Amino acid sequence: MNIIVCIKQVPDTTTVKIDPVKGTLIREGVPSIMNPDDKGGLELALQFKEKYGATVTVVTMGPPQADTILREAFAMGADRAILLSDRRFAGADTLATSYALAGCIKTLDYDLIIAGRQAIDGDTAQVGPEMAEHLGLPQISYVIGAEKTAKGFLVKKELEDGVQTLEVEGACLLTVLASAYQPRYMTVSGIIEAYNREVEVWSADKIDVEETKLGLKGSPTKVFKSFPKALKPAGETFEVSEEEAVELIISKLKEKHII
Amino acid sequence: MDFSYSKTEQLFLQMIRSFAENEVKPLAAEVDEEERFPVETVEKMAKLGLMGIPVPKQYGGAGGTIQMYTMAVEELSRVCATTGVILSAHTSLCVDPILEHGTEEQKMKYLPKLASGEWLGAFGLTEPNAGTDAAMQQTTAVDAGDKWILYGTKIFITNAANADVFIVMAMTDKSLGNKGISAFIVERTFKGFSIGKKEKKMGIRGSATCELIFENCEVPKENVLGKMGEGFKVAMKTLDGGRIGIASQALGIAQGAMDETVKYTKERKQFGKSIAQFQNTQFQMADLKTRVEAARLLVRSAAWKKDMGLPYSADAAMAKLYAAETAMDVTTKAVQFHGGYGYTREYPVERMMRDAKITEIYEGTSEVQRMVIAAQLFK
Repeated sequence: MNIIVCIKQVPDTTTVKIDPVKGTLIREGVPSIMNPDDKGGLELALQFKEKYGATVTVVTMGPPQADTILREAFAMGADRAILLSDRRFAGADTLATSYALAGCIKTLDYDLIIAGRQAIDGDTAQVGPEMAEHLGLPQISYVIGAEKTAKGFLVKKELEDGVQTLEVEGACLLTVLASAYQPRYMTVSGIIEAYNREVEVWSADKIDVEETKLGLKGSPTKVFKSFPKALKPAGETFEVSEEEAVELIISKLKEKHII
Repeated sequence: MDFSYSKTEQLFLQMIRSFAENEVKPLAAEVDEEERFPVETVEKMAKLGLMGIPVPKQYGGAGGTIQMYTMAVEELSRVCATTGVILSAHTSLCVDPILEHGTEEQKMKYLPKLASGEWLGAFGLTEPNAGTDAAMQQTTAVDAGDKWILYGTKIFITNAANADVFIVMAMTDKSLGNKGISAFIVERTFKGFSIGKKEKKMGIRGSATCELIFENCEVPKENVLGKMGEGFKVAMKTLDGGRIGIASQALGIAQGAMDETVKYTKERKQFGKSIAQFQNTQFQMADLKTRVEAARLLVRSAAWKKDMGLPYSADAAMAKLYAAETAMDVTTKAVQFHGGYGYTREYPVERMMRDAKITEIYEGTSEVQRMVIAAQLFK
């Protein structure tokens, strides 16, 4: 089985601060990490590798320093790593990113494609589903469980109020939740080997996609404004009886013109 | 000269920090309180290859460096000094002497199991009447033709209760003094070998420190480690390496206490401001931070020399001396900064202060380190 896992290098947003004037992330001095949902996806792929035997290929699009997360993937157990790195990819929104990744995947053999649900720096959750569309594959998002069947895969998808079990025939694309797949640690020998192995660096010429769909040119999304969420002050507390409570809530909601 | 971590070391630090934080730290207080050897942690460490970091691949290890090993001991000790010393004693005191002095057969027999963590290692030199004066060995090995027969007692043996392989020093020819001591590889299952009483200690309470008892213990001829009569040399060289491990442990304890104190002094408010805003806190913490960084450089430099195959005996002694005294200084002041809370087990600095003390004592007291350093200076 050939599994392709799409991963992304993101700033560790648990330590990131927002520039109060510009409203953008202050990236200086913030460590870069493998996006947590993607790491969960890699963990699923490695579990499949152990259970059924598989070749796990990790793909990322990013600047040369994104190499680090591919080394980490090697040290966790990935077999092959591809870095899509080219100035022509720069400035890509989710659509252009999904075209680039799908363009790369089209040239590879695969039985299963796994991506994280969403990246912690953008939180769009769009790239995985968009890739599935470009590749003409069935997709299941918010995956919390998966196993191989004779014809394809049996997949558990998290819904707001429950879990849906779906059966899929043939190759498909799954987007995975980090909470369901606690990633393994890198092994010591994996770490020592990681930098002796080859990360394949691919330019836009190597992938199967029209160039107009890539980078800034291929990105319809324009950021109008970004701003930090205002902190809510602590709420008011009232000690009242049950009878009075309803009336109180209604009067407060009216006061704020909510009802 | 380059003081930066290599890319491989950075990746290693990322792994070991996250392992320490998620797997080791949550157990630290319990392991101390219950004097419990953290078997489950050692199993996890084994799975990741941490029990064989500097062991070459052909002997089943990870093929890493001493530097990486010291980083592992430091990061584990930063959250739990017990876990740090388990790795240090195993690697420096059992794996390393077999690597350094073992025959090819001994290496093939013992290193794969030690490196995979299937077996845990320990080292037996100290006796009731042979502490710093280690040459006064009373454990004796008698030549019985096809085997050696050992009798005697070793004390204060780190990892003893859980170890499978022990490097043991015994007198093979009393008339030769130092030069009559030989080193043996003893397996836990050898006839006549047993583990004695477990010590109740001030710190590193999860580390199982016990007596070793040899009652006509039968050791195969091929289990002599190094040349006959060179056991004292083997022991001293082993301790040189071990001191880098203990220096790393001390460094980790000091760093852990710094982490806790920075956090606490920023949160704790008195007289309307956080105690980190007082200049007394700032000046003292600046001094401690400087000491910790100096200790780190000594440790890195000693480990680098060992990796490079350069002489490192005095470097290891300086690293251990300075790091141990730094750990004691930092943890004592960390408790002081925590005030009454620091004296309780609600906060980890109380444990860290108890753990720090041993680093000034084992694998050569601070006085012994000074002797080693001075001997090098005035030779």
